[in-house]
Amino acid sequence: MLARALDSRRLRRLALKAAAAVAMLYIVLPLGFVTWLSFYAQEIPSYPPRGYTLDWYVAIMGNERFIRGLLLSAQLGLISTAIGLAVAVPAAVAIAHFRFRGRETINNLLLLPLMVPGVVLGTAIYVFHVETEINTGLPILGSLGGLVWGHVLVTIPWIVRLVTASLAGFDRTLEEAAQNLGATPWTTFRRVTLPSILPGVVAGALFGFVSSFGNLEMTLFLVGPGRTTLPIAILQYLQWKVDPTIAAISVVQIVLVAVAMLVTDRFVKLSRAV
Amino acid sequence: MARLELENLTKRYGDFLATREVTLDVEEGEFLVMLGPSGCGKTTTLRMIAGFVEPSSGTVRLGARDITRLPPWRRNTGLVFQSYALFPHMTVNQNVAFALEMRRTPAAEIGTRVAEALRLVRLGHLGDRLPRQLSGGQQQRVALARALVFHPDILLLDEPLSNLDAKLREEVRVEIRNLQRELGITTVMVTHDQEEALTIADRLVVMNEGRVRQIGTQRDLYERPADRFVAGFVGRGSFLEGTSDGQGRFRTNGGIEIACAAVEAGPAVLGLRPERVGLAPNGADNSFEAVVEFVSYLGGLVDLHCRLTDSDRVIAQMVNTGGGDLPRVGDRIRIGWPAAAAFVFSGEKAK
Repeated sequence: MLARALDSRRLRRLALKAAAAVAMLYIVLPLGFVTWLSFYAQEIPSYPPRGYTLDWYVAIMGNERFIRGLLLSAQLGLISTAIGLAVAVPAAVAIAHFRFRGRETINNLLLLPLMVPGVVLGTAIYVFHVETEINTGLPILGSLGGLVWGHVLVTIPWIVRLVTASLAGFDRTLEEAAQNLGATPWTTFRRVTLPSILPGVVAGALFGFVSSFGNLEMTLFLVGPGRTTLPIAILQYLQWKVDPTIAAISVVQIVLVAVAMLVTDRFVKLSRAV
Repeated sequence: MARLELENLTKRYGDFLATREVTLDVEEGEFLVMLGPSGCGKTTTLRMIAGFVEPSSGTVRLGARDITRLPPWRRNTGLVFQSYALFPHMTVNQNVAFALEMRRTPAAEIGTRVAEALRLVRLGHLGDRLPRQLSGGQQQRVALARALVFHPDILLLDEPLSNLDAKLREEVRVEIRNLQRELGITTVMVTHDQEEALTIADRLVVMNEGRVRQIGTQRDLYERPADRFVAGFVGRGSFLEGTSDGQGRFRTNGGIEIACAAVEAGPAVLGLRPERVGLAPNGADNSFEAVVEFVSYLGGLVDLHCRLTDSDRVIAQMVNTGGGDLPRVGDRIRIGWPAAAAFVFSGEKAK
C-alpha cells in the first residue's frame, strides 16, 4: 500500500518535472539558436555553419543606427520607468489601502495599457497628439516628450500590478506601530511600508523598463524623424538585409536584460515579488 | 506619565455605535484594565486613545492636553499591539530606537536608552537579532521595550498576552505588572480574559455593547456588581428569574419565596455566588430542599448543582474536609444562604 502510494507520488512528481522541462525547452531553445546563429561565419543563415566569427558583433559596433537606437531605448526606458514609478507606486498604495468610490475602475484603467494591443494604443495616442497639436499649437507630435508619454503608459501596469501584489501581503498594523512611535505618514511610508514592498517596486520597475525597452508597435507611431529606438532600428535593418547581425544584436539585448535581472536579484529577491 | 480622562466618547459607524458615551479617568501611575466580550467597544476605546480612531463626539485628555483631534504621531502614547507589529526588516535595536529617532534624539543617547530599555525586559543580549529570529515571548518583550523607551505619557496594551501559550502568559503577566509598578507609568490594558484582568489590574472597567457597565476594583465588581451583565461576566454565579415585591421578598418563576435586599417592585433577577450558598440547617434566612443534579469535584471545594424547582437551579459550594461522604447525584439536601448574599437586579432577565 505504502510503497504504491510512494510510487504514484514519485510518478506525479516526475510528470510535473517533464512538463516543466518541455516548457523550459520551448522558451530557451530559440534563445539558444539565436545565440548560436550570431557566431555563424556565412552571411546567409543556413545549416550547417561554415565556421564561426565575431564579425557580426564588430559590425554592430560600427553600425551607428544600432548604437544610437540602443542609447535612445535605454534612455527612454529609464525616464519612462522613473515617471511610471512616481505615478504607479502612490496609485497602488492608494488602491490597496483606501476604500473609495471608483477604486476598482481606476485599478482596471491602470492595467489597461497591458491589455490594449500596441497598435491600437499607438494609433490612439498618435491621433490624440495630432488633434492636440492642431488645437493648441504645442509641438507634441514626434517629440521626445510625446514618446516618453506613451512609454510611461507601458510601464504603469507592470508597476501597479507588482506593487499591489506585494502590498497584499503587507501587515498594516506595522504602519500604525510606526505612527504610534511618532512617524508621520510620509516617514511611515519611507521607513516601514517601502522597505516591505521594495521587491515589488523593483520587479515592477524592471519589467516596466524591459517592456518599454522592447516596445515596437506603439513606438512606431510616436517616433519623430531621426529618433529611432533599437527595435525600430532592427526592423528597418531586416527590411533590406537578413544576416547574423540581427542575431548578434538580439543576443546583446538578451544579455542586457539578463544582467539587469541578475544584478537586481542580488539585492532584492525577485522571486518574492513575482 | 500622566492622567487620562475620557469624556462621553462615542464612536458611530453608520447606524452602529461602537462606543456610547464612554467616560472614565485613569489616575497617574494606575493600571486600568478594560474588560468585556469581543465587540464590546474596548478596543475601539483604546484606539481612540492612541489616535487611530477618531471619536464621533467626546474628548480625550492626556495630562493637561486635549488630544482628541491630534494625529497618532503627536500623542506620545506607547502602544503594544496584539500581534506585536515589530518591523520585520529592522533589528531589535533598530525597532526600539525608532521612536527616539523620530524624536531626533542624539545618536549617543539613543544607544544608551535602547540598551537600558532592552535590559529592562531582559533582552540586552539580543539587540542584533531580527524579529523573526525571536520566540513569541521575546518578541512581546521587544514590543514592550519599544513602547516604553521614549517615556510615553501612557502605556496602552491591546490584548498583549493572547498570542502566548498559557504558562508563558502567567509569567509575562507578572513581569508586565512589576515593570509597570517600577516605572510608575499610567497604563490601560484591553483584554477579554477575566482572570488576566483580575490579577493584573488596579482597577477595572467592564464594557458591553459599547457602554461602560461598571468601573471599580476587583472586589467592587465581584461583590457589588452593578448589573446582571457584570455579575455574570466577572466570576461565576447562578441566576433566578422572578419578581420583587419591593419589600425584600423575591418570588421566583418556579414559585419559591426568597428573602433578599429590597429593590423596586416588578420583574427582577436574583444572582448568587456559589461560595455564598452552602449546606444549611433550617433557620437560615433562606433555606430550601434541593435535589443534587451534578457534582463537580474541584479538590478543596466541591460544587453541587442543585434543582430547587423545575425552573430554579442554584450552584452551592462546600468545603471538602476529606471526612465523611460527599453528596451524590439524586440526593435530597438542604441548602441555604443569608438574605444579604444575593444580588437583585430589577427589570432584568436571567440571560
